[in-house]
Amino acid sequence: MYKYDDYDRKIVQERVAQFRGQTERFFDGTLGADEYLPLRLQNGLYVQRHAPMLRVAVPYGMLSSTQLRTLARVSRDYDKGYVHFTTRQNVQFNWPEIKDVPSILEELAEVEMHAIQTSGNCIRNTTTDQFAGVVEDEVLDPRPYCEIIRQWSTFHPEFAFLPRKFKIAVNSVPDVDRAAILVHDIGLQIIKNEAGEVGFKVFVGGGLGRTPVIGSEIKAFLPEKHLLTYLDAILRVYNLNGRRDNKYKARIKILVKAMTPSVFAEAVEKEWAHNKDSDATLTSAEIDRVKTFFVAPDYVSVSNAEHEAQLAANPEFANWVKRNVNTHKQDGYAIVTLTLKKTGTPPGDASDKQVEIIANLADKYSFGEVRVAHDQNIVLADVQQARLYELWQEAKLAGFATANLGMLTDMICCPGGDFCGLANAKSIPVAEQIQLRFDDLDYLYDLGELELNISGCMNACGHHHIGNIGILGVDKRGEEFYQVSLGGDSGKNAAIGKILGPSFARNDMPDVIEKIINVFVENRHDDELFIDTYRRIGMDLFKERVYAKAD
Amino acid sequence: MPKLIKNATIIDNEWLTLEKDATIDAVTGKALLPLALYLENAAALSDNSNVGVWIDSDERADALEPHLNNIAVIAINFPKFVDGRGYSIARILRDQLGYQGELRAIGDVLHDQMFYLKRCGFDAFAVREDTATEAALAGLSDFSNSYQCAVDEPKPMFRRRG
Ligand code: SF4
Repeated sequence: MYKYDDYDRKIVQERVAQFRGQTERFFDGTLGADEYLPLRLQNGLYVQRHAPMLRVAVPYGMLSSTQLRTLARVSRDYDKGYVHFTTRQNVQFNWPEIKDVPSILEELAEVEMHAIQTSGNCIRNTTTDQFAGVVEDEVLDPRPYCEIIRQWSTFHPEFAFLPRKFKIAVNSVPDVDRAAILVHDIGLQIIKNEAGEVGFKVFVGGGLGRTPVIGSEIKAFLPEKHLLTYLDAILRVYNLNGRRDNKYKARIKILVKAMTPSVFAEAVEKEWAHNKDSDATLTSAEIDRVKTFFVAPDYVSVSNAEHEAQLAANPEFANWVKRNVNTHKQDGYAIVTLTLKKTGTPPGDASDKQVEIIANLADKYSFGEVRVAHDQNIVLADVQQARLYELWQEAKLAGFATANLGMLTDMICCPGGDFCGLANAKSIPVAEQIQLRFDDLDYLYDLGELELNISGCMNACGHHHIGNIGILGVDKRGEEFYQVSLGGDSGKNAAIGKILGPSFARNDMPDVIEKIINVFVENRHDDELFIDTYRRIGMDLFKERVYAKAD
Repeated sequence: MPKLIKNATIIDNEWLTLEKDATIDAVTGKALLPLALYLENAAALSDNSNVGVWIDSDERADALEPHLNNIAVIAINFPKFVDGRGYSIARILRDQLGYQGELRAIGDVLHDQMFYLKRCGFDAFAVREDTATEAALAGLSDFSNSYQCAVDEPKPMFRRRG
């Protein structure tokens, strides 16, 4: 993974000093609350319903065991002893004191971490496939490009005060999109052209929130060296022309729609012409330099005979391997997902002790590195197959081996009304109720892969629009209600879910989900996935069942 | 007299910013004219070193192109500091239109934006009245290095990294 040199280190240290000064001025009254607000936001510091919340950047989801241990210690020393992994591959502390934040940032800086631009109307953490670099079918490892984008976007002087937040995602797998690039402000698909040169297919204007939109392609092939100047051009067109009068209409998706994608693309080309081939153009030396941080670790070859025997002898283990282990590009290795979705714990939450266990597992089994996944789970990307059994046993003890990856109970869920000041409704209790209702693992396997996503309000942090089943907290005359949508999809066939109908009270939610699942089971062809059945039969049968009068 | 940070020192701000509805006979002493008023009178005002122009955040600098050599001061207004359009307007003026004269940030100009403003080509800052000017001056050097190229540093870090 990327390692700071003196340049990177100094920038982060200077940021800590700057933020310490800002916080001191805030407390002594020389910096007004209104002016401190956007500054603390650009350092990831929100003030939530119950307490401040600090969001720490995990660039494209990569964490070392050292960083994990620091996160655990910070959560113990400054917070209530747990951390929350978010759907954007970041980490949150839910209860720090504002006055402590500069010290927290200082501790994080020591392990090459920061909270720069994790919120506010600026370019946010770039995200990518949690399996980057270890899957066979990717064009090439997207992480060096993510790191190049991270550096370019860090304190970009022109784009610190955009109309609205701005998210970039990169995918490098032709047929699968775990990074959901089509619902980002900019989505970059790494491709090779006919001559074998590396470049990007560029999408803009995707997004969730109030007005969910699938991104539009504006460039079929952008050669890699032009990446940054082209991004500059997109951002400049947006910065100058995006709406600033209404924050709900300020995302780039609204601008792209208003201009139409082709006119927007022309405006970008025109702007780009000024900057193209300037010194801002990437050099192959730089691309190569960054790539050196992402070379494959020293894989060894070990016999798999025992692994095969363990699979045959232990169906529970075999099940876990089937569900939570993915194929690695290197023979004899495997990609393991540790699930943080055990019933009874809020999705994405881990205690300080658990985080330390994850760090130990990473050291023992996966070259000391982990990735945070969008579905709020943790990935050990380089595990020897021969050691899976041993790992499984340890993970099971620690509660990370619920074999529900990709299943209904492996939900994505935002922090919601328990923590978030913007929430209309709580989301975590809904997730728990559904997990309790569907606690029969065999039944879950029969149902197959099914994404259920929950957001506590329109801001859609839980990505409810692109869940096969989406749940959105709404406020009805001061009471918490839940709107259900069906048919969303975050992958290559990205789609925005359609609303089922009037919303439901919280206690009705497990019944509602069960009815939806029953309609699916009754109408399913063979092993069809929920999303495919829905696409085939449409909304009506679901609607009839859920809203049928009980008489 | 209000203060101005220019070339990294604090001086008196002798310039008056005229409102958008001002007329040409309001011009006395050193004055920054709103863009429309300046453009109407550009021919008559050329080479008048007591006259500058200010651009609001929803305006664009392009129309000034033919006059750039004759303008002593161009100011860009930040109605609110979170309105970041002025940064792009400044870069277009410097990088694309080649403006060489004084580029001044006016309006809601605060300590914590100084570094970004400088990087985008501003060399004069009329900080908001209640802002501690000395401290704001120090804000110009919050960071000793940057990843991107900009007006103040023509090479990105990856072309300078040793
Ligand atoms: S979706 Fe709404 S409730 Fe949930 S975390 Fe985001 S802002 Fe808060």
